[in-house]
Amino acid sequence: MLKILKYSFYDLIRSRWSYVYFLFYLILGFVLLFLNNDVSKAVITLMNIIIILVPLIGTIFGVMYYYNSKEFTELLLAQPVKRSSIFFGQYLGVAGSLTMSLVLGLGIPFVLYGLFKSDAIFDFSLLLVTGAFLTLIFTALSFNIALANENKIKGFGYAVLIWLFLAVIYDGLFLMSLIIFKEYPLDSFSLAATMFNPIDLSRTLILLKLDISALLGYTGAVFKQFFGTHQGLFMSMLMLILWTVLPIWRLVHKAKQKDF
Amino acid sequence: MIQVENLYKKFGKNEVLSGLDLSIEEGGIFAVLGPNGSGKTTLIKSILGMVVPNKGNISVGGISIKKNWKYRKNIDYLPQIANFPGNLKVKELIRMIKDLRQMPSKEEELIELFKLEPFLNKKLSTLSGGTKQKVNIVLTFMFDCPLLILDEPTTGLDPASLIHLKKLLQKEKSKGKTILVTSHIMQFVAEVADTVIYLLEGKIYFKGTIDTLMEKTQQTDLEHAIAAIATTPNHA
Repeated sequence: MLKILKYSFYDLIRSRWSYVYFLFYLILGFVLLFLNNDVSKAVITLMNIIIILVPLIGTIFGVMYYYNSKEFTELLLAQPVKRSSIFFGQYLGVAGSLTMSLVLGLGIPFVLYGLFKSDAIFDFSLLLVTGAFLTLIFTALSFNIALANENKIKGFGYAVLIWLFLAVIYDGLFLMSLIIFKEYPLDSFSLAATMFNPIDLSRTLILLKLDISALLGYTGAVFKQFFGTHQGLFMSMLMLILWTVLPIWRLVHKAKQKDF
Repeated sequence: MIQVENLYKKFGKNEVLSGLDLSIEEGGIFAVLGPNGSGKTTLIKSILGMVVPNKGNISVGGISIKKNWKYRKNIDYLPQIANFPGNLKVKELIRMIKDLRQMPSKEEELIELFKLEPFLNKKLSTLSGGTKQKVNIVLTFMFDCPLLILDEPTTGLDPASLIHLKKLLQKEKSKGKTILVTSHIMQFVAEVADTVIYLLEGKIYFKGTIDTLMEKTQQTDLEHAIAAIATTPNHA
């Protein structure tokens, strides 16, 4: 599996897009720091960008890579390599190189700015960890979609739809149901609804850590009230891990049954 | 060498293999023939584990291939359509496959034989179909495995390369290897194959030597014999 990972990773590192992605975060990091002049504020702005952008890039890259490497996959399938290693290795190659672009791209400007002397280091690392989780989750989701759809256009369509649903539509539906059912106690509903969306979950997780009540919103408040800050952090982290493990497990499982 | 028992495979509603039984002995060249869509490639891909059968057992070298991948160490496979990752160079591809298989290989002499030196530093996406097929052949023949599976090896080859390919096949056969070939070019089959396996409607319709086939169909050349076989009653 490590060999597959190595080839996928090198393949991606050589591609122009990883550099574009890396440079984007690098520039974003520098610009935010020098415009804000405040690490905490920069972290909040970054959060808002990361939470939308990272899933989108993870989804698009995942689907694109899967379809582009179809030939490579078919070549590997006839070699003495375990099927699960092929797919898991390729997945880790994509998710790994995306995570690296994110962590290095944002990390470098912050380190240069003097992050290690600031108190925001934990907030910032949590931001990167969440970004990494979102990359892992959405790349896994997109691989699942691509594996199920031979037709590229369909695969792309579904992948973008899933992103759109989780990043935008879900919140709208959530809000609407809160308004419609406002007569009823909604604590457990909103708690569950947050858990079922990795993007909302990440947002809540970061806001809990930053402890900004004004931005916490209804769900965040419920979260905090229900679990308390520490347990809330722990719970949301656990859910993020579940969100990562389940799609990967499904990916490996489905890959074993597929015909090529 | 290969035992296939009661193999069933459906793609959607289309039943490609329906209760196929086949046993391939060690040593010799076996040609798998059949009309388009008769399940040749599906059979080969099932043996390689690329297609998961609905029912039935396959064993290679006495070991069941279900949930097993190590048996592929003993198989060299030439895919029908040479689909390679386009952004790799020929040299890199060869190095990569060598790295994956970790076996002694003899790619230099094959590269020389097929005159591929000028292409070694070219990307695979820029190669012509025939050149790709030559690369495909090099990748297949550079290892020394007891079982060779070739799916349409003649596609796109020029006459000189075709002669090289036939010689290569005879050389590998003389080492006692088992070689499985599919082809639509009957002249090629007649020249290289020892045994013909004819697939029809997802089953083995005929298995035997070319001479037996001619005798049975009362034809004088293989092309007509193959064309006539499906209409001849009482099959083997």
